[in-house]
Amino acid sequence: MTFFKADGLSINFGGIRALDAVSFDVEAGQIFTIIGPNGAGKTTIFNLVSRIYDPLQGRLIFRDEDITAVAPHEIARRGIARTFQNLELFEHATVLHNLLLGRHAHKRSRFVEELLFLPLEHREAVETVIDFLDLQPYRDSLIANLPYGVRKVVEMGRALCTQPKLLLLDEPSSGLSVEETDDMAFWIQDIRTLLGITVLMVEHDMRLVTAVSDRVLALNYGRPLALGTPREVQEHPEVVKAYLGG
Amino acid sequence: MRFVFKTSYTQDLGLFRDDVQRNGYVALAAGLVVLPWLIPNYLVDVSLVLIYAIGGLSLMVLAGYTGLVSLGHAAFLGIGAYAHVYFAQSLGLPWLVALALAVVLTAAAGVLVGLPALRMTGVYLTIATLAFALIIQEVFTRWERVTGGLKGRAVDKPVIFGVALAHDAAFYFLCLAVLIGGLWLTSNVLRSPTGRAWIAIRDSEIAAQSLGVNLALYKTMAFAYSAALMGVAGALFAHKVGFLAPDIFSVLLSIQLLLMVVVGGLGSLHGAVFGAVFVALLPVAISQARDALPAWIGGAAGVLGPRAGTAVFLGVDRFVKQPGLEPGIFGLILVLFILFEPLGVYGRWLKLRLFFSTFPLYKRATFRRQKSYMRSERLR
Repeated sequence: MTFFKADGLSINFGGIRALDAVSFDVEAGQIFTIIGPNGAGKTTIFNLVSRIYDPLQGRLIFRDEDITAVAPHEIARRGIARTFQNLELFEHATVLHNLLLGRHAHKRSRFVEELLFLPLEHREAVETVIDFLDLQPYRDSLIANLPYGVRKVVEMGRALCTQPKLLLLDEPSSGLSVEETDDMAFWIQDIRTLLGITVLMVEHDMRLVTAVSDRVLALNYGRPLALGTPREVQEHPEVVKAYLGG
Repeated sequence: MRFVFKTSYTQDLGLFRDDVQRNGYVALAAGLVVLPWLIPNYLVDVSLVLIYAIGGLSLMVLAGYTGLVSLGHAAFLGIGAYAHVYFAQSLGLPWLVALALAVVLTAAAGVLVGLPALRMTGVYLTIATLAFALIIQEVFTRWERVTGGLKGRAVDKPVIFGVALAHDAAFYFLCLAVLIGGLWLTSNVLRSPTGRAWIAIRDSEIAAQSLGVNLALYKTMAFAYSAALMGVAGALFAHKVGFLAPDIFSVLLSIQLLLMVVVGGLGSLHGAVFGAVFVALLPVAISQARDALPAWIGGAAGVLGPRAGTAVFLGVDRFVKQPGLEPGIFGLILVLFILFEPLGVYGRWLKLRLFFSTFPLYKRATFRRQKSYMRSERLR
């Protein structure tokens, strides 16, 4: 079975080819990282997978199903969840409500039942995530009142609440202190080993990348440069050239 | 200060935060029930506040919770009012059936407006709803067979299950019951997946979508639910005013409805009610001021000499009798609230409450808005 496969993805923005025939596949249970300089097209890949953009060419296969033309709001139900580079939390809602929104894809209630508030909810899954990520102290706080580091964890928690099979993390360490980044590394490993979720990640912090990744894809100007283990990719001459110039 | 100590997960599910809050609302409800005996002469005005509150609830769902600002809600109020009167008086249907049909019709109109709204955001959507309201007002004028056109149409007192609600108090209780029902249903929806999806759309469409929220579906639902509530308000409004004419449902009324939710406080059901009190009582205050103000100021200026007093009196008198003063004041208040108290009366109320509950320790900085550089903090 193909778990996740991107096949020849290309997309143009105006006259710029943001991605040019990028192909890779992620096996179930892997932590797969995409690295590359700014503007290399990393987040664009995420936006293609979560169907915010339509690819010009190429196909996306997830669990043997072609999801290239699936509606964006259907992606969560298929088992793909994501976080955002600059956080896209619901700021004027509490942590609990943000996490409960993660359960939206599993919603069973009808509108009439909701009008009368017949509780048919999935709060247990949310409580599990709150315990897993130590969010209990922030449970009823508004997002707008939380420090950045906690927001980052809440956003990851919200993605986990959808009970995904594939989790897309867009720069999980950006804006975090060294200690918080170390915590993040442990959580990412726990997500894989304890929850059995495959992780596809975009990341700049090479320490985090080497600590957790099984495979790494390096991109530059929308083209794949190298694919392999973190060590292989770091030592690849093309990658060194892209980062250091010359 | 009081803290709620949660010992059970089911505490998250309650309608009220704790017993103290619940008892507060029970006391408020008791106060509203005995109100007709306390102020029998003002019941008509209070009924209007209640009807406005239902309308505010409607717009709060759409503007305050889903983030879709509408300047056309007077049209939904009008559709509800005319449809209800048509079904009840022209077709002779029972009151409740007429109300239900009017609500369904208004909700359908809401869906109709909501559909193009899916492709529009922000100010473009607002303009589209404004255009819708103007079209509907024209329809009210032209479709004489149903609406009576410019001649207007008289509305009878409501008769429910054969009981005529002729007395002001009876109508007051009808409005109160509908408002409490509306508040209950709306707060139920808001703490259910649908309500959370609306809030998600307001705060971040892209995140909502990636969590599986069908933007088109939920925006349409918000429009339909909001319009349906407005339809109920419209039916009651028809009985309140007793006479329907197209010029009632003008753009000014739409602005007043929007003013209500902004002044009351966007994003809270309390805000809808506070705003309704404000908007329903403001015209009363303005007309009082209109009569009293020239004499006051003229009298004060009279200290400078009788001629100055007369001149100031005439000047102020001319100013306050200018047409268009009322919308001007409404607009000014709206601007001032947006500038100085974006959370409205409800936000001010929260601050007051915190001030007293923490009395000697209150810090002004508690509510200072932090400069933040995250995306959704940017001006929207």
